[in-house]
Formats: sequence, structure tokens, C-alpha cells
Amino acid sequence: MTPTRGLEKRLSAARDSGAKLLIPYVTGGMTPDWVDVVHAVASAGADAIEIGIPFSDPMIDGPTIQQASVMALEGGATPTRILQSLRRAEFEVPLVVMTYYNIVFRAGHRRFADSLADSGVSGAIVPDLPLEEAEEWCEGADEAGVDTVLLVAPSSPDERAARICERSRGFVYAVGIMGVTGERSELASSAAELAHRLKGMTELPVCVGIGVSTPDQAAQVCREADGVIVGSALVRRLIEGAGPEGAAEFVAELRSGIDGSL
Amino acid sequence: MGSPGADGRFGDFGGRFVPESLVPACAELEKAFAEAWSDPAFHSELDALLRDYGGRPTPVTECRRLSERLGVRLLLKREDLAHTGSHKLNNVIGQALLARRMGKARLVAETGAGQHGVATATAAALFGMECMVYMGEVDTERQALNVFRMELLGAQVRPVKSGSRTLKDAVNEALRDWVATVSNTHYCLGSVMGPHPYPWMVRELQRVVGDEARVQCRELLGEDPDWVVACVGGGSNAAGTFAGFADTTSRLVGVEAAGGAAISRGVPGVVHGMKSYLLQDEDGQVLEAHSISAGLDYPGIGPEHAHLAAIGRARYPRADDEEVLRAFQLLSETEGIIPALEPAHALAWVAREAGREIELGSTVLVTLSGRGDKDVAQVRELLA
Repeated sequence: MTPTRGLEKRLSAARDSGAKLLIPYVTGGMTPDWVDVVHAVASAGADAIEIGIPFSDPMIDGPTIQQASVMALEGGATPTRILQSLRRAEFEVPLVVMTYYNIVFRAGHRRFADSLADSGVSGAIVPDLPLEEAEEWCEGADEAGVDTVLLVAPSSPDERAARICERSRGFVYAVGIMGVTGERSELASSAAELAHRLKGMTELPVCVGIGVSTPDQAAQVCREADGVIVGSALVRRLIEGAGPEGAAEFVAELRSGIDGSL
Repeated sequence: MGSPGADGRFGDFGGRFVPESLVPACAELEKAFAEAWSDPAFHSELDALLRDYGGRPTPVTECRRLSERLGVRLLLKREDLAHTGSHKLNNVIGQALLARRMGKARLVAETGAGQHGVATATAAALFGMECMVYMGEVDTERQALNVFRMELLGAQVRPVKSGSRTLKDAVNEALRDWVATVSNTHYCLGSVMGPHPYPWMVRELQRVVGDEARVQCRELLGEDPDWVVACVGGGSNAAGTFAGFADTTSRLVGVEAAGGAAISRGVPGVVHGMKSYLLQDEDGQVLEAHSISAGLDYPGIGPEHAHLAAIGRARYPRADDEEVLRAFQLLSETEGIIPALEPAHALAWVAREAGREIELGSTVLVTLSGRGDKDVAQVRELLA
């Protein structure tokens, strides 16, 4: 089975129609009802959903996602179980898996890429796999029909950023702030600056993640970017017991925030 | 043991598996180190500091009573006599000089047993730099005195409460700090691990141990020792020692803690920016290491050691907690030297294998990477 949802096609089409893109993040397996959460988030206005496969040593994640990862692992979540759950469900939006490279490496590049495709996942983000180390995985993912989304950071020089954009598929993940995932009370100026810089380099949608926590911040960053990824702010609500309904409510707020920016 | 080249590879191992935010900083560090390492002025400043401040060269001591007991000729490279009580200062002074060269005024470090944290705090005090040390909560408890030492030296110590609350989690937390502070901060990594250029840079900064020992052994023995043995957590004292003997016929042995034996019980994986042997489950989740010694409680190993094991140049047997405790006491009683628990692993292997794998009458050099003062309270409890 090859993925039918085509991350890049879907997101580019939405962007070209004048919409801004909203990509919420949920850690797979973090609560027993996490699949219902994903459904609720999809119906509340997400353009794609990032599904975290938890790793024991999430070095680019702050306390919130770390806690969700621990909850998931202690609850018995494994890459296989998470992907099986996704495979059984039908989602109306594309899914992008986010995980660390050792999970991929341990499974084997092609085997992991195939298991994503078989589960209806159309994209992958591996944040500790920078451009120089990524080729073998990217080739396996390309062959399986999975888009590998690469990250560009505020610290990436232009020439390097351009090469990353060139190899990225689906969209380009603009890291909004020098730091780990987590909520911030104010949007860093680096977020809009980087989005602006990248918009001049690539035809792919440019979405900003890390440090975007509120509808206002999302709206602000979407003045330059094509979309936003919101992780910790949503995951914190889920840790606090928001459940599918609370998650949908927050995602709907984000949606109207960024729609208001148009 | 040469330079790993631009991709940071030692055979199949090494590399630079870090988030994009840190790639430019690693590249900057690689360039700065390469320039400094070929600059005679950098070497003379480093050498002078290691001599006048660090107490180098450290001696090689022949263990007469223990040699007689074991039936081999045992020599110790005495890193326990260096300033701060371990080999860690060699690396830290070099990196602090490098940080200054790069215009960075803040150091962050991880520490397990506390030796590297103390060394980093020491260098920060010496150079007037700000210093933050991350230490697993389990380790802050079993090494409380070292926490106080670091604080005395003006460093801030932050207990890490995530994961197994030991060395591997301290590395994660130090990396998280560095991502957010990289413009003014140097990550002073304590072992031959992490992303390129660290495994190479730290080995080069520690090779002074092996280079000195080689000359000293030739003076004492008239030749290279038959065996060169060191303990391995991440593997910096072993890498530094082996660097002095890699091109000799000496047999190289790195002794891992039985509960953290990445080479013999792990499989290749990627964590903390490097590809190496790693204790992990079938899904790729990293397992917790368990050892009597906080400094060896690490589920991975430096990538160059993985390579030396793969090509058969060095081997990496294990020592368990019980034999380590016996070796700790044995050296104390026979030679009047209280070793740290980490090098007690190397001694434990020699004590076990003397007359077995190590032929009687062989010459054996062990790097005594640190002194045991920090472990005395813990050993007292264990022996009670």
C-alpha cells in the first residue's frame, strides 16, 4: 500500500488556495484515548497532524513533551503499536511522524519507511538527523512514498538553509527559536525572521514550530510563514486532562487565530 | 588513532547526529579546534597550564607489593595525582582555552561521578567564566561532596530529574541548555563521545596521558608494556592512554562496568549525537546502565572505541561490582593508593586475569584515572 494522502500535495494546495496551515502535535500513546484526540484535532481544523513516536532520550524536547514521552513509554507505547493504531484508524488529514533517529536506525531505514507508508503516514520528521547524515534515510523514505521534512534553524547560514530546503519534502520546518520544544510567553523575533528568509528560498510551504504556543503567536508568525506547528501547548492541555474535546477546542482557537491573520 | 575526517567517522562509528540548531556550532568548534591544535602558541599555553597549574607530568608508579601478589609487573599511570584528582582536567583546560578563543564566556557540562564537573568548575574559576553543571539526581545523592566542591568553585549544579537520573540524562540536559545558549556558551563535554568533533578533540586533549606514559614506560621497562589497560565509561582516559600506544605491539584493553557494557552487551545505535554501541531494547529505546560507579553508568561508549573493537585493535571485557570493590581494597592495602571506583574496574580485570589471560611475568600498565576520596563514603556503606 502506498500513501494516498501526499503530504506535499495537500499542504501546497491548501497554501496555494490562500489558507494558512495548522499542524498540531500529539505524542502517540500518551493517553489511552490518544487516537480519539487525533480524530478530534483533525476535525477541529488541522491541515496535517504530527504524531510523536516517543523516545527514551528526547534531547530537543522540553519538559512537556518529555513528560508525554514518559507517559507513553510507561503506558507501553512502542513504534509498532502506535503505527498499528494509526493504520486501523482513518484520518481525513495527512499524518507526519516525528521521532528520533535511533528509533528509525534500529528498525532499519527501509523497513521503518515501509511501516510508515503501510500505516497511512505520509511524512516524517527526524530532528536529530541533520542534512549530512540524512541521505540514506531520505532515499528509503522517498522510495516508500514518505516525505522527509527537514528542519532549518535560526543558526543555519543561508547557503546551508538553501541546501536543506532543496532536500526537504512536504514542507520546510522552520525552528522558531534557538532552544528546545516548549511554551514561551512571547514569540521570538527569530521565528518571523527565519520564515521570511526561507520564503525567499523555496516553493515548499514554510511552517514554523518550536516556541509557538498561543493563537496570537500563531497569527503573528503566519504573517511571514505559511503555517505553524503547535506541540507543547496542546500536549500540556492533554497532560492536564483536556481529552479529545479540550484538544479540539484549543485547535479551533488556533485555527481562528491564524485565519484572522489573513 | 588519527583524525576522523570531515564526516567525523571512525570506521562505521561517530558522525554528527544533532538537531540543526547545533550543527553550525559543532562546525565552528571543529574549525576552531583544528586551527588551535596546529597553532604552536595554543600548545605552549596549554602545556604551561597543565604543568604549572595541573601538576603534569604525572608519574608512573611501579606497584611492588601488588605485582608480587599478582605475579605480573604492574605499573600505574597516576592521573589521581593531577589537580582535581583525575585525568579530567587535561580535557577541560584545553576546551576552556578553546572557548576563550571562540569568545564564549560560559561553560556547560554534564557529569556522572562529578570528576568532570569539578574539573570544569575549576577551569571556569581559573578563567573567570560562568559555569553550569548538569548532574543526574541519583548521582548528586551518591556524590554529594562533589556537588559541594563544584559550588565552592563558583559553579551552579543542576540536578537532572528526567529518565534514569544519571549520566545519560545529564548529557541530554546539557545539550538542551546548549541549544538555547550556543551564542555565548561552550558545551564542555567530558568524554570521547557526542557529535563530531568531540570524540576526536577530547581524545587529542587526553593523549598527553598516553604520550607521557609511553616515554615513562620505556624508561622503566626499556620497552613498551605487554598490556595497556584502562576503564571505559564514555572512554576518555582509555582513549588518551591508547593514543600513546596504538602504534606499538602493546595489547590494549578497555574495561567496562558489567552493568554498562556497551561493547559486549550493546548493539549499534545513535544517541547523544554519535553512532556507537549502545544498550537499547528492540525498539531502540536506550536502556539504563547500572554500576557501582557513577562515572561508568553510561549505556553508550565513545565511537572510536567501537571502531577499535570492530577492527580488533582493542578489546573491552567487563568487571562486576563485587570484584571492583575487592580491587579497590586491594590497591589501598598493598600500595597505599585509594583508587576511584572507575579505575578500580581496570584493576579488577588485571587482578582476575593475572596468570590466566595475562601471562605471569607480563608487564601491565593501568591508567589510574582518578583518586578514590570521592568514593570513600559510598564504599564504607557498601562494606558495612
